[in-house]
Amino acid sequence: MATTMQLDVVSAESSLFSGEVIEVFAPGEMGDLGIMPRHTQLITTLKAGELRYVTEEGGEASLFVAGGVMEVQPHVVTVLADTALRAKDLDREAAEAAKQRAEDALQGKDPKDLDFEAVQAELDAAKAQIEMIHRIGKTLR
Amino acid sequence: MAGLKEIRSQIGSIQNTRKITKAMEMVAASKMRRAKDRMQASRPYADKMREVVSHMANGQLEYKHPYTQDRDNVKRVGYIIVSTDRGLCGGLNSNLFKAALQDIATWKEKGAEVDIAVFGSKALGAFRRYGVKAEAAHMGDQPSMTDLVGTITVMLDAYNEGKLDRLFLVENEFVNSMTQQPRVIQLIPIVPSELEELNYQWDYLYEPESKIVIDALMTRYIESLVYQAVVENIACEMSARMVAMKSATDNAGEMIDKLKLKYNKARQAAITQEISEIVSGAAAVE
Repeated sequence: MATTMQLDVVSAESSLFSGEVIEVFAPGEMGDLGIMPRHTQLITTLKAGELRYVTEEGGEASLFVAGGVMEVQPHVVTVLADTALRAKDLDREAAEAAKQRAEDALQGKDPKDLDFEAVQAELDAAKAQIEMIHRIGKTLR
Repeated sequence: MAGLKEIRSQIGSIQNTRKITKAMEMVAASKMRRAKDRMQASRPYADKMREVVSHMANGQLEYKHPYTQDRDNVKRVGYIIVSTDRGLCGGLNSNLFKAALQDIATWKEKGAEVDIAVFGSKALGAFRRYGVKAEAAHMGDQPSMTDLVGTITVMLDAYNEGKLDRLFLVENEFVNSMTQQPRVIQLIPIVPSELEELNYQWDYLYEPESKIVIDALMTRYIESLVYQAVVENIACEMSARMVAMKSATDNAGEMIDKLKLKYNKARQAAITQEISEIVSGAAAVE
């Protein structure tokens, strides 16, 4: 039997996943990370992207996370996401609209009264969502 | 004895009041269910956050965040008080304010100044004379994190700049739908929870830098605690209102029963009097 680790994915609104997994792939701030059991302690901020995990039975599932912190202990991985969605809840049209809004905001407005970082983060999140929808769409259909 | 007409109108007005309190009770009951669900939904995040922060307290970290460091000389303390926007919820707010005032008084005795930030318009009214630094009210039944961040940031900035040496959160704890317990908890410096046995020394790998990650985490930690308090307070408000309105409805029912008895007695007395007048009138004619 493979060694497993406990994975918990929570956002402020709800708990999305809690269970034993054998591998986790997360979108770290400095690049994507693959975590396996007995990993050394690690803590990282997350950017928008796909969080993929392999369960004990070998099944793969993915969640969309945007922003937050991931803490890794040898047998526990905790993802504290600012926003997290199940893959099936991803809404392509909403993501496209959000991307459009953010792009408009970046172009149209006077840069002085614009919260550049916030809009940029929003844009990145929307782009990552769209990208993930594309990928999932391919594997499903 | 009061006139029949007066009693009748009194009964009518109490019946109207009872209708209103009954309706409010039912509204509060259904809102409470939803508020409780939301409270439970946001609990895992706060719990996990607490777990991570207590892990951090156990490790030998290269960067000590200011929130984990106790300042000996406490000159100024801050309070974040979470109250409701509306009244008619029994003693919920006044009990909470009493707990807050007691705590504030003990700090004032020690010579510390007090800064206050509030959520909910009831606390805003009650603590106005203490000078409220930041407030947020009328957030509705489903507050979002963004509604709270501004007020929290004001207090955290004050702490970072050294204007505050301690920060407390005053909130209602949802024990069950009948009981809500006011409590004051210390937000910063973070009180380390039960320390696990330290078997070996370790530190995290950080991505990117330790300071950036830990700063982000600590801010989120405080925000999640306050968010949890606000969500919990809504559940408390609804259940307190439900109980208060239930007892108001019961009291109105009792009052109506009493008045009805009084009304019937008065009516009977009037009839008896009329009959005796007729009888005595007839006797006089004979």
